[in-house]
Amino acid sequence: MTGPLLDVAELGKRYPVRSGMFRYRELVAADKVSLTVSAGKTLALVGESGSGKSTVGRCILRLEKPSSGCVRLEGTDITQLPEPEVRKLRPQMQMVYQEPLESLNPRHPVGKLVAEPLLLHGIVPKPEIKRKVVELFRLVGLGEEHIDRYPHALSGGQQQRVGIARALASNPKLLILDEPTSALDVSVEAQILNLLKDLQKRFQLAYLFISHDLAVVSMLADHVAVLYLGQIVESGPTRDVLTGSYHPYTRALVSATPVDHPRQSKERITLSGEPTSPVEPPAHCRLVPRCPYAQPVCSQSRAELVSVGSNRATRCVRFQREHVDGIWNPSPENL
Amino acid sequence: MKEDIAVANPEIASNGEPLSVPAADGGLAGKEILRVENLEVEFRFPDSSVTVLAGVNLDVAEGEIVGIVGESGSGKSVTALSIIGLLRPPGIVTGGRIQFCGQNLLELGADEMQAIRGERISMIFQNPRASLNPVFTVGKVLREVLLLHGGLRGGAARMRAAELLADVGLPDPDAVLRRYPHQLSGGMAQRAMIALALASSPQLLLADEPSTALDVTIQYQIIQLLSRLRKDRNLAQIVITHNLGVIAELCDRVAVMYAGAIVEEAPVERLFDETLHPYTKGLLAARARTEGGGELESIPGQVPDMKRRPAGCAFHPRCAFATKICRSESPGLESSSPRHRVACHRWRELI
Repeated sequence: MTGPLLDVAELGKRYPVRSGMFRYRELVAADKVSLTVSAGKTLALVGESGSGKSTVGRCILRLEKPSSGCVRLEGTDITQLPEPEVRKLRPQMQMVYQEPLESLNPRHPVGKLVAEPLLLHGIVPKPEIKRKVVELFRLVGLGEEHIDRYPHALSGGQQQRVGIARALASNPKLLILDEPTSALDVSVEAQILNLLKDLQKRFQLAYLFISHDLAVVSMLADHVAVLYLGQIVESGPTRDVLTGSYHPYTRALVSATPVDHPRQSKERITLSGEPTSPVEPPAHCRLVPRCPYAQPVCSQSRAELVSVGSNRATRCVRFQREHVDGIWNPSPENL
Repeated sequence: MKEDIAVANPEIASNGEPLSVPAADGGLAGKEILRVENLEVEFRFPDSSVTVLAGVNLDVAEGEIVGIVGESGSGKSVTALSIIGLLRPPGIVTGGRIQFCGQNLLELGADEMQAIRGERISMIFQNPRASLNPVFTVGKVLREVLLLHGGLRGGAARMRAAELLADVGLPDPDAVLRRYPHQLSGGMAQRAMIALALASSPQLLLADEPSTALDVTIQYQIIQLLSRLRKDRNLAQIVITHNLGVIAELCDRVAVMYAGAIVEEAPVERLFDETLHPYTKGLLAARARTEGGGELESIPGQVPDMKRRPAGCAFHPRCAFATKICRSESPGLESSSPRHRVACHRWRELI
């Protein structure tokens, strides 16, 4: 097969919100989001709460119907497919959630939870199921002794391993990982991240990794797309984006991530205030009210995502106008 | 069970260390205001009891920020709750002293402790919106605290409340005063909580995961705010976190907790540069870093269940260097240098 496994083009999701007795306004949760993920690769979708990163994940899985745009899985447009057809494709794309305990049914032993998708999608014949469950448990580093336990009797890390085993049961090609380690302790987080890396190598899995933690992203992702208020504001290879960001929002995210060592000094860019409302956002750059580099031009022109070089893109209007070969070092405007 | 409890070497705890401790930069920090000695806490249930803190020693000087880092269940929050007298059953302090400005807080009556809490020691929590009463406006809560602790009323209270909100960096304080907690974002609510904690000008602030529930950019704003409060008000702080990055940003000194005991304590740079305890080394190697990539070194196994606390050194089942003595005897805290303490049988060999 040529081309990416997952191809999302101009995906939009809008929700009506009531703003009066009969008036509705539109909350734009995702605005023309385009991205691709290839087999064996990881794309990180980075953003803060309310940026729309989980909405994008849910639209890709068709847990929600997108308002516009299209999602192609191996070239098939799944946006317009009727629900029964989508169900047939679901085994190929699975999700791992942030809170493993909340995503596992507390009334069933975890072995049964992993067997469920096997039965549902008819992955293996019934007599084989027990053997397959044991195999899946081994794969994620759990033993046979865990099969009959209930979710609450497992530690957080073990619960997340069950969540991963369950997602892997249907032999998916794409995993959407929604903050899979943010509820875990540091020492356990490293175990799960290493496990995810191993599994990817073994099965050539494509990962869409949803996260707000740049340290974790830099460890796992090949490419990054940074979301702010429903729009991708910057995208490109992980290392390039995190070490030489084109967009002030990415720079602020990088600079707000705590240092690795007390003596490390880093450039600090502070955004003032908090994200503005995603209800009927302006056509110009949405970061203007918070951006230390904002100039009149930023609120006078439309902010479009524009390619820079062969594999990067940014939505920053000033960067697009002023950069020289990808270098732009503005001094903060007097705020 | 009782033999397994690690009791830090009392000689070290009371060997007459000077009251003023040198600050991280080599100068002198203020005088000591808090000294926790051999603090022991149990959770008592009708048919069993669990040791949650097994002899914790910690001191804080004026204007100093001490970090407590550890994973879930390590006892870091219980330590803070014990200090401020908010530990509730089944938690019971079973031993030790908490000396605050010369007074043992554990000997105070409920009324005396009430007078210290909020007035001289304040605390902020991980989820600020959950710790604000949802039916009162920010202004009402602040005015109540100002009346209680400073006797301020009416216009004077309103002015002081607005001043406090402005001081923690909230724009348009007068509007914030009229808002209810649910009308505030997470970052604003945490700032409001900090304003509330500062209303009576306390000497010590306990911050339990103050930035964990917040977005990265807001998290950094809160870290900056705490750092500024130390500079402007010489406010001593104990910052509890699981995030070593927050420790690196903010703290002068760090105590690493594991399974209810401090396993290593040092000035922050020293802890990162000359790490002694295998657990601390493991934590530092396991965290994802922005500059680095590749495989992470994870610590095998998981944090022990306190009901089944391992015998000897609580970390031994996960430790690559564990030997016979580690499985049977619990190590006490030893000083490796005047300001660096470690609880490990083998630290000398492992340097």
